[in-house]
Amino acid sequence: MDKKTVCVGMSGGVDSSVAAYLLKEQGYNVIGVTMQIWQSEDPMAVSNNGGCCGLSAVDDARRVADRLEIPYYVMNFKDDFKKYVIDYFVDEYKNGHTPNPCIACNRYVKWEALLKRCMMIGGDYIATGHYARVIKLDNGRYTLKTAKGIAKDQTYALYNLTQEQLGRTLMPVGDYDKTEIRKIADEIGLAVAHKPDSQDICFVPDGDYAGYLEREAGLVSVPGNFVDTNGNVIGRHKGIIHYTIGQRKGLGIAAGHPVFVADIIPETNEVVIGENEDIFKTRLVADRTNLMAIDRLDGEMRVMAKIRYAHKGCMCTIKMAGEDRIEVLFDEPVRAMTKGQAVVFYKDDYIVGGGTICEF
Amino acid sequence: MIYLDNAATTAVRPEVVDAMLPYYRTNYSNPSGVYGFAGKNKNVISDARDVIASVINAKGDEIYFTSGGSESDNWALKGIAWAYRNKGRHIITTKIEHHAILHSCEWLEKEGYDITYIDVDEAGVVRLDKLEAAVREDTILISVMFANNEIGTIQPVKEIGRIAHMHGVLFHTDAVQAFGQIPIDVNDMNIDILSASSHKFNGPKGMGFLYVKSGIRLDSIIHGGGQERGRRAGTENVPAIVGMKTAAELAAITMTKRIEYETKLRNYMIKRIMSEIPYARVNGSMNDRLPGNVNMGFQFVEGETVLIMLDMEDICASAGSACSSGSIDPSHVLMAIGLPEEIARGSVRFTIGYENTMEEIDRTVDVLKRIIGNQRKMSDAYLRLTGQVKKAD
Repeated sequence: MDKKTVCVGMSGGVDSSVAAYLLKEQGYNVIGVTMQIWQSEDPMAVSNNGGCCGLSAVDDARRVADRLEIPYYVMNFKDDFKKYVIDYFVDEYKNGHTPNPCIACNRYVKWEALLKRCMMIGGDYIATGHYARVIKLDNGRYTLKTAKGIAKDQTYALYNLTQEQLGRTLMPVGDYDKTEIRKIADEIGLAVAHKPDSQDICFVPDGDYAGYLEREAGLVSVPGNFVDTNGNVIGRHKGIIHYTIGQRKGLGIAAGHPVFVADIIPETNEVVIGENEDIFKTRLVADRTNLMAIDRLDGEMRVMAKIRYAHKGCMCTIKMAGEDRIEVLFDEPVRAMTKGQAVVFYKDDYIVGGGTICEF
Repeated sequence: MIYLDNAATTAVRPEVVDAMLPYYRTNYSNPSGVYGFAGKNKNVISDARDVIASVINAKGDEIYFTSGGSESDNWALKGIAWAYRNKGRHIITTKIEHHAILHSCEWLEKEGYDITYIDVDEAGVVRLDKLEAAVREDTILISVMFANNEIGTIQPVKEIGRIAHMHGVLFHTDAVQAFGQIPIDVNDMNIDILSASSHKFNGPKGMGFLYVKSGIRLDSIIHGGGQERGRRAGTENVPAIVGMKTAAELAAITMTKRIEYETKLRNYMIKRIMSEIPYARVNGSMNDRLPGNVNMGFQFVEGETVLIMLDMEDICASAGSACSSGSIDPSHVLMAIGLPEEIARGSVRFTIGYENTMEEIDRTVDVLKRIIGNQRKMSDAYLRLTGQVKKAD
């Protein structure tokens, strides 16, 4: 049988480097690929290398590929990244939402665009360094399962992958835990073994989203009113892009007790301020949905749902609420649901599906 | 391996390496020393200046050694801009220059200079009427490349220089792709300042020169010791200067034969591609073209993917202007000659050197034909066009 060819997305970090090594050991014909997805015009930002596509990431990945004796290429996805990730990121903020650009990047750039490009160069699969496992259920559907012993779940940002994409995806490090992977990296002498984990949104390395939106996307912050939950004006805000639901710090409101951003209304340019209980809710609706473990949602289903990346998850009941809309009813109130963030449903540690929070 | 990326860099000739080695091993002196051991190297540098000057009909004391093409281009633009800032702050260049020129111009714009970027025609030739019309009272410099690095188009340099001088404006040409490949006569061609780079004509990397006609003022951008007649500081890179001199000498001696040979391979390659691969086009001019340049646009493929597939067959080619990470950005040159983005993305550049053979060209075209055929089988647009699938919707 011919060797299958797999293109490994390499960031220069330990996980994707070991992924490439493991696949080579398993007998695949491995090609290393780094995606160039954005490039700052600012030489300081380039030299500090915020994200996964800075030049030092490329240099690291290229050296790892050389050490593993696999071919290595840098592919340019700047156009796709601009269209599907940065433009979306900016639009969502304009709408008063708090987007998760990593999810859009995974679906449209890291999977769709990369998979297509890899198949063009003869690849059968793409592989990543995610701590997750692609599993095929008895119903014939592919889904993702959290790797064992992983503190930080890595499946949340992948809920939007299609069945076709999952069928061509390998995640070799998902069979190990982080300590084991670092040990393998040490054993095979990878210089990247002790690099810190990547953090934050890659194209905003300093974490200043509002500053990025103003500087790079030319968004103008129009000051507006803080209002209470009854609509009474209680102060002035700097512009809605500076706020996110559940935010307490930096509001500049002297209420004598902690107050929080409870909602953002782009139509009136208002930021609604509420008490702690105002940001606890039991119901939400998600659109832009994707079903993974099931091909359709009939009636009600009991699942565990995460409403943001770091959320531990809460039990709830889900059901369809119109085309491409899923209603979620939580057993207990959940804090700080945020429009634009993903809600992802799990059963037995695998993904059932998910969507984008659009109302609550 | 088949190396068809000679516009990116060239192999150093063995004679060049041999000429350089003694200046690492035994004649390592700093030419500025007072002792005879140093004076010898001072003379070696003077000889090199004379030899290089003779290739372009200049005088030895008009040649200044630099670290390469980028430094030469930066120095020419910034040095002239600074030296003549009281005369004016307007510079004319084109849209298809190398980034060493374009990014220097952008920097000068931030410093308060006004830059006009002239259009080129579909063959990549600068529009002389527009160039002349752009000249103003405060224009101090016209900078137009001698030959383009991507599409190989050779500019009407002599005519550009004539226009510049008619209006009392200085003329700089970035001849990084042209020096050593085609004849250059700075006097006949009205050139005041010229940039060149050693590694483009089989010399060592990190070495280049700037020709500056006597009497032209040029401020320094690298300050320090008094080397290069006080205009460019830094201890001379004697081995590289000797290497560049040797390479320039050999380039001049072999030029006629190389032009004939490379042109033959080039025309053969273009002819085979055009007759055997459908939906292909030649980018650039067929008349005024560097001998070794083959730049082809293919519909329904991505140049980046074609390059990777070629590499898997051990064939080195390029596309657009590769950034340092090795990924391909859409080419500003191909966009400037009016190519639709789709064709610009599907363009591949092969640049032939004297060491390439007819067999290599044949194998490259055979492989290219197969790769493009396979790529197109995965292109929905191609399959629809050729009726292999029904039109969508």
